[in-house]
Parts: sequence; C-alpha cells; structure tokens
Amino acid sequence: MNLLGLVNYWAFIILMMIGLYILLSRGNLIKKMVGLSVFQTAVFIMYISMGKVQGGTAPILMNGDVAYSNPLPHVLILTAIVVGVATTAVGLSLIVRIHEAYGTIEEDEIQIEDFGT
Amino acid sequence: MLVLTALALLKLNNLFAVAMLAGIYSLLSAALFTVMDAVDVAFTEAAVGAGISTVLMLGCIALVGQTSKQPPKPAFLPLFVVFVTGGMLVYGTLDIPPYGDPDNPVHHHVADYYLEDSSHDIGIPNVVTSVLASYRGYDTMGETTVIFAAMVGVLLLLVQSPRRRGSYKDSSLKSSYHNSSDNHSMHSTSEDDSYPGDN
Repeated sequence: MNLLGLVNYWAFIILMMIGLYILLSRGNLIKKMVGLSVFQTAVFIMYISMGKVQGGTAPILMNGDVAYSNPLPHVLILTAIVVGVATTAVGLSLIVRIHEAYGTIEEDEIQIEDFGT
Repeated sequence: MLVLTALALLKLNNLFAVAMLAGIYSLLSAALFTVMDAVDVAFTEAAVGAGISTVLMLGCIALVGQTSKQPPKPAFLPLFVVFVTGGMLVYGTLDIPPYGDPDNPVHHHVADYYLEDSSHDIGIPNVVTSVLASYRGYDTMGETTVIFAAMVGVLLLLVQSPRRRGSYKDSSLKSSYHNSSDNHSMHSTSEDDSYPGDN
C-alpha cells in the first residue's frame, strides 16, 4: 500500500480536527464561526486534492495532447465556497442580533442570563 | 503553514487578530488550490473567502467588541470527540486511492466526457466554466437561490424599525424570562408600543 499517496488526506484531516476543536471548545460565538470556516476550507482541500492528476494542468483546453485535472470537483467547490460565505453572513448577523439582545457573545454568559445558573 | 495558521486561530483571543488570520488562512488555501490546478477555485477563495468574509467578520467585530474570554480549562470532551473523529477518518483513508493517480475512479465517469466534448458542445476553452454554467446549470441556479435566501435572512435579522428596536430594549428577552414580578410593568410598556402591523 502506498501510504505516501494518502498524505494529502491526512493534512485535510488535521485541519478538519483543528476546526472542529475550535468549534466545540470555544465559547465565543465569533470564534465558533471562524472554526466553522476552517472546517469548511479543510473539506474544500479534500475535494480539490481528489481532482488533481499527477502531471496534469488546469482544466483549460489547449492544443496538443495534455493531461488535465478533473474539472468536476472544482465546480462543486466553487459553489460550496459561495454558499459558505452566505451562511457565514447569516451566522454573523445572528451574532450581532444576539449581542443586541443579551449584551454578550460568550456562550456561558448567555446561558447564565437565560437560566440563572 | 495552513496548520500553523489554524493553530494560531485556536490560541488567539483578540478577535481582530482572529479575523485577519482567518483572511490569511483563506489566502494560503487559495495558494494551495493553485498548486493543485484549481485556478478558478483559487480566484473565488481569494476574492470571497479572504476578501468578503474578512470584511463581514470585521463589521461584526466592530458591532460586537474585540476580546474573547480565555476558556477556563482545557476541555477534554471536545478533544476526545475530535480525536475519535480524526482517527476514524484516518482509518477511512486507507481504502482511498492515492493522490494524483490518473486511474482513480473519480477521473473516469463524467470528467472524461466534460474534458473531451465540452469544446464541441459549448465552445469555450475553460471547462470549469462550461460545466458550471451549462452541464450543471441547475446547481448554479440553486446556489443563487441559497444566496438570495441568505440575503433575505440577513436583512430580516439586521434591519428593523427604530421604534421596534426601542420596545425590544424595554422588554428585553432576559428580563421577561425571569422577573415575573416585573411582568406587570412590562406588560404595560408592550401595550404602549403596539404598532400597526401587530394585530
């Protein structure tokens, strides 16, 4: 088995783990959004690395016999990036709204205001 | 580099620095996309990920304040969850075909067709564009719908009349939740504030 060929997936897994850890362990809502975007980018890197062909070039057609990388993951990730920014925008505006209502964006303080514990 | 930036994101508590580092992280990943032949994705990531989302985040920080609390103690449950997930994913990669091999199954379904026939079908050299706008045009339409919905959501959340905002602060959520003794006075304010669209 060629373990060296799997290094790109492991890099993506490490990035994804960091993103997930930020998301789970930090109470600040903005840091949670940042963790989510780190996670997202890790998934993008996984898809793009799947589309790469060794010795290939960007999928823009040229004359002659050239190997191209797979264009399909690129298309999917283009869509995903834009949708990701849209969700980030909604999340950030929710944070602004929460700050208006509670005066804080720390999760534990919001919990204290809600339940008094 | 990407991993270092992500670790710095984990450690930092100044939200301004976090926003800037998130931009740097996006830009680095855009460079990585270029290395992996995805030039269109790199454009988009650099413009949208590093540009627009940094601006959004800075705007949010300007409204909300800059510092984040230090977490009280290292959290072990999240760490456990993260390592279990990571371990399972590493186990899953053992069956995946290696990086960059042209014989991988990903490269042999519709990708061949797109590469061979798109210049004849569509007539533009950039295959990513022709797939995005033509073969998978419905995806792009759905994407536009998502963006529209997100925009409506943001507007509904952030834009409100000053009058409603005032009444919201009077009878804010938290005090209505606990202080049942305050209920009477709050009731009267909300009656005073009734606006036309209410009934």
